[in-house]
Formats: sequence, structure tokens, C-alpha cells
Amino acid sequence: MQASIIIFYCLAAMIIGGAILAVTSLKIFRAAVFLLFSLIGIAGLYFWMNYEFIAAVQIVVYVGGIVVLIIFSIFLTHHSGEDMKSPKLARSIFVAIAASSGFALTMLLILQHQFFASSGNVVEPTVKNIGTQMLSTTENGYLLPFEVISILLLAAMIGAIVIAIKTKTKA
Amino acid sequence: MNAIGLPQILVVSTALFFIGVYGFLTRRNMISMLMSIELILNSVNINFIAFNKYLFPGKLDGLFFTVIIITIAASEAAVAIAIIINLYRKYKSIDVEDANSMRF
Repeated sequence: MQASIIIFYCLAAMIIGGAILAVTSLKIFRAAVFLLFSLIGIAGLYFWMNYEFIAAVQIVVYVGGIVVLIIFSIFLTHHSGEDMKSPKLARSIFVAIAASSGFALTMLLILQHQFFASSGNVVEPTVKNIGTQMLSTTENGYLLPFEVISILLLAAMIGAIVIAIKTKTKA
Repeated sequence: MNAIGLPQILVVSTALFFIGVYGFLTRRNMISMLMSIELILNSVNINFIAFNKYLFPGKLDGLFFTVIIITIAASEAAVAIAIIINLYRKYKSIDVEDANSMRF
């Protein structure tokens, strides 16, 4: 029991610290690497909550896909080693005040609210349960969102190619 | 120390959300803004999984919402990076202040 508490606080420190460094670091490549650490910490949090499938999806899609895509686009669009412009002081102070007051308000609401768990039988998030429920057409089935999301992925793929394609300029 | 429950996880996800908001509003670089959006989407995912685990253990709805959000985040990142590369070809910069040819 005690070990899981320590692991939770380590994961929380990794997530929050990585996120803070990712939004404040002035070198964009370092920011991407700190984002990577934050995302790995989130995958660890899913493992901690026993949602292994989501943790695996998080590692495959975010760590293996999106961060690599971001790093590639940094190399394509940046003169590497160059610092970003630091934000204006007044702007960062105002945004920090706004963000921390929003955080304080949300914390106040969360810590005052009483959460009630719904009773009933527990469905374990195993891959078998997820697969049968995702592809079923009965009451709790998610077949229609599954198909819609696959159409969306196809549209995004075609859209990305069409946008980024290099058109021949008239010489 | 008492056991970790839903409020502790919500503290982490709320902090992550507002760090993402801070980054989105202070950064002027398009790729950094995209990274802040990824942080915000991830905090929402943590919320969905935590509510599913602690409040509605009899259903898997939060898990499916998380899968759908991850898919949408991936396609959004692909399209956004295509747009960023196209803008870089036109303006030789990915700063949002430089892309102002549609400003009235």
C-alpha cells in the first residue's frame, strides 16, 4: 500500500515537472524532450490505475508517434540550436495570474465536492472486454464511433498529404 | 498519509491543464503551441480514466472516450504539422506573429 503511494507521487512529480519545463524551456528541442517525459509519466499513471490497454496506446501513439512527428517538424522548420524568443514579461505575468487563479478555483470546487461512486458489478478493463464492447452493436456498444473515427483518420491522412504537398511553381 | 483517491488524481490533471493553458497563451511558436494542446488533451484523458475507475467501475465509457480523444489528437497533430510546414515554406518562420497576410 505504501509503495503505491510513493509511486503515485513520483509519477505526479514527473508529469508536472516535465510539463512545466516543456512550456518554459527556450530551446524547442529540449521542450519536446520534456514533453516526452511528461507523456511517459502519464502512461505510468495509467499503468498505476491498472488500465494497461490505455497505457500501451498512450506509449504507442503519443511517445512513438506524435512526439517523433513533432521532433521531425522541429528539424524541418528550425535552425537547430537557436533559442526561441522569450515571451514578453507583462504577458507571461498576466497569463500566470490567470492560469493560477483558474487552478485555485477548480481546486476549491474539487476539494469541496463529494464524489459518490456508483455501486454495481465491476467490469475489468481487460483487452477482451474492451474489444467485445467496442465492436458490438448492442446497448453499450461503440461500433458507430469506431467507424466514424476510422473515417476521420482517413480524412486527416488525405488532408495532411494535400496540404503539405509541394505544387510545382511556374518557372 | 492517507490512500490515493480521485481528488489526488484530479489535482494532477488540473495542474497539467493549466500548465497547458499557460504554455498556449505565452508561446508564440506554432510547434510549442501544438505541444501545449497535447498537454491539455492528456489532462482530459487522465480525468476520463480516473472517473471511469473510481466513480463508474461498472462501465467502460470513459475508456472509449479516451481512445477516441487519442485518435483525434493524433490526426489533429498530423494536419497541424502539415499546415505548419506549408506556412514555413511561405514565410520562412513558424512564429504566429509573422503569418499575418489575412489580417484586415
